[in-house]
Amino acid sequence: MQLPLGIEVPIPTFEQFVFIQVALLTAVAGLAVVMSRNLFHSALALTLTFFGVAGVYVFLEAEFLAVSQVLVYVGAIAMLIAFAIMLTRSMMYGRTSPLNNQWGKSSLFAFLFFIGLLAFARATPWPAPGEEVIADEALIGALGREFVTTYVIAFEVLGLLLLLALVGAVMLARDR
Amino acid sequence: MVPLSWYLMLAAFLFSCGLYGALARRNAIAMLMGIELMLNAANINLVAFWRHGFGPMEDLTGQAFAVLIIGLAAAEAAVGLALIIAVYRERRTIDVDELDILSG
Amino acid sequence: MQVTQWSEALSSWLMGLGLPGWAAIFLVYAVGSFILINYGMLSVLLLIWITRKAISRIQDRIGPNRVGKYGLLQTVADAAKLLSKEDITPYEADKIAYNLSPVLAVFGVLMLLAVVPFAPGLTGVDLNIAALYVVALGSIGIMAALMAGWGSNNKYALLAGFRVVAQLLSYEIPLVLAILTVVLLTGSMRFGQIVELQSLNIGGFNLGLGWLGIVMPGALIVFFVSSLAEAELTPFDLLEAESELIAGFHIEYSGMKFAMFFLAQFLNAWILAAVAVTLFLGGWQGPGVGLPVIGPLLGLGYFMIKVYGIYVLQQWIRGTFPRIRIDQMMYFAWKVLVPLMIGLIVAQAIIQKLPTPVAIQYVLIFIANVGVMAVVAYVLQKYFREEQMRTKRSFEPSSLIGSMQVSEKGTMY
Repeated sequence: MQLPLGIEVPIPTFEQFVFIQVALLTAVAGLAVVMSRNLFHSALALTLTFFGVAGVYVFLEAEFLAVSQVLVYVGAIAMLIAFAIMLTRSMMYGRTSPLNNQWGKSSLFAFLFFIGLLAFARATPWPAPGEEVIADEALIGALGREFVTTYVIAFEVLGLLLLLALVGAVMLARDR
Repeated sequence: MVPLSWYLMLAAFLFSCGLYGALARRNAIAMLMGIELMLNAANINLVAFWRHGFGPMEDLTGQAFAVLIIGLAAAEAAVGLALIIAVYRERRTIDVDELDILSG
Repeated sequence: MQVTQWSEALSSWLMGLGLPGWAAIFLVYAVGSFILINYGMLSVLLLIWITRKAISRIQDRIGPNRVGKYGLLQTVADAAKLLSKEDITPYEADKIAYNLSPVLAVFGVLMLLAVVPFAPGLTGVDLNIAALYVVALGSIGIMAALMAGWGSNNKYALLAGFRVVAQLLSYEIPLVLAILTVVLLTGSMRFGQIVELQSLNIGGFNLGLGWLGIVMPGALIVFFVSSLAEAELTPFDLLEAESELIAGFHIEYSGMKFAMFFLAQFLNAWILAAVAVTLFLGGWQGPGVGLPVIGPLLGLGYFMIKVYGIYVLQQWIRGTFPRIRIDQMMYFAWKVLVPLMIGLIVAQAIIQKLPTPVAIQYVLIFIANVGVMAVVAYVLQKYFREEQMRTKRSFEPSSLIGSMQVSEKGTMY
């Protein structure tokens, strides 16, 4: 496909075309999270980003992760954030700028970081995708078996951490 | 097939957005949202490398790590938001620039 | 019995006609989702009619009977009325959240239709993680309620939004645990496979009566009760108790946006009934579904009869049960259902690892389920007896407090 300025762009396949749309949606939503002046709109954009990332997981044939992403991020984390915003809502009005005084430096840093990562991602010759993934119970079963064999320590520690985090959260947020 | 570098570019963009949000926003909740974005970007990378690595059906390390990170993010959000609410109750603000009683 | 998915059959036929692969798949799924979504939207007309008729009969009324035969077109007339109403946006509402919320509520429910197995080979997508998908999509509805509550710029709407989150998140946990018992027994999260495992072959003829609900009635009842709470039906409809509170998180909505919340709610009740049927009542299984040509048609018929039966049961409960208080609701979820379901899952996991024949394991699981039901019944009975005494006490004249005696059995005299 020939673009006006003489740039040669390969015609994307159908899958790539759909991926570009999902990725653009995710990226725009991610930008809206940090750019929006209204904190609640930031939270809504964050929810949209979570959905977009779930869509990316579907492209990577990790359906289980995609659904877990929706379950945990949209169902729990986005909800928690929305709750916290509502409970501290007096913060949303009045102040002039949502940014602190180092926003200039940090935006430059983030931009340079992005450029660096981009250059790295483009320059490195990445391998082509490996074998076909057969999306069935076998994959989820294998993942479950990994969690009780190879990663059993990490899994148990995560469970303990979640329990402690919940108890700690209740202790911290309790009205004394 | 979508090339690996596309996923990495998307993840890099999300990570940079999150970095900017965590560094430049005044509101503690907005900073937390930036951190969540960065965790998501890291997760995309992990799953992308799992899919494009050697034998995605045998070596599930990438997916396992991603699941652990999702769990971790839940714990982090719970504790972080509880802290924010406790601070808000004490000081009536969650502007991190005003929470400076330790800086002499 | 292996029936190919309709989508695979159709797309391979289209590819045979010379269409490129991606176009065939795209076309097939576009047509499929078009049919499915329109079926979902139109079935709500029927669902609302069933509800109104059922509740009228319970309340000794006739119900809608003017528009169309048996009042079947009453809902169409209502929809036309709602469409012609003024679309009000409250002052200083959060426009994005306010306008997006009804869309999101309907979206979350319609997405669930994709995994409902209507008949052998007739599923939108036979996802390998369908059970988890159903749970995950439920959170969109909660988000929609919270957005509506916040976006309306109304304190009652916001409080009701908080209530919705509290109720739906609480009852999601027993719901997930009840689904987990089925997943543990069948070893699959794929709805198609769960349904196929519920056949009962005797002499090569599929009787289709190996329903999991027979083996685990406790999980079935917990699932049903939680689904009542998830669908915001009586006795858990305190989110929008029209006779006591204001309407709930959709107080500020008017016209078609208001109708969209109701559409989502009725469809959600139907889909939860469909999931209950799929997991516990055999889905499309029934006598004769293994037959070559009429089998799938029979399956569709069985599925619809079961789902609408469960739906009528939900409306029956809606018409006859009193509404419970919010503290009672939370108590029941967290202190009764969740611990019991966790205990049931642990018991089931142990039973399934016992070195005994499968039949004995099923009997043991059945006993564990009956135990769960007995404990629930005991707790409820104890609670209601204490509550009865407490309310009687509070109506005593103050000069008589303490002078009335309570018998050993707990009754007053």
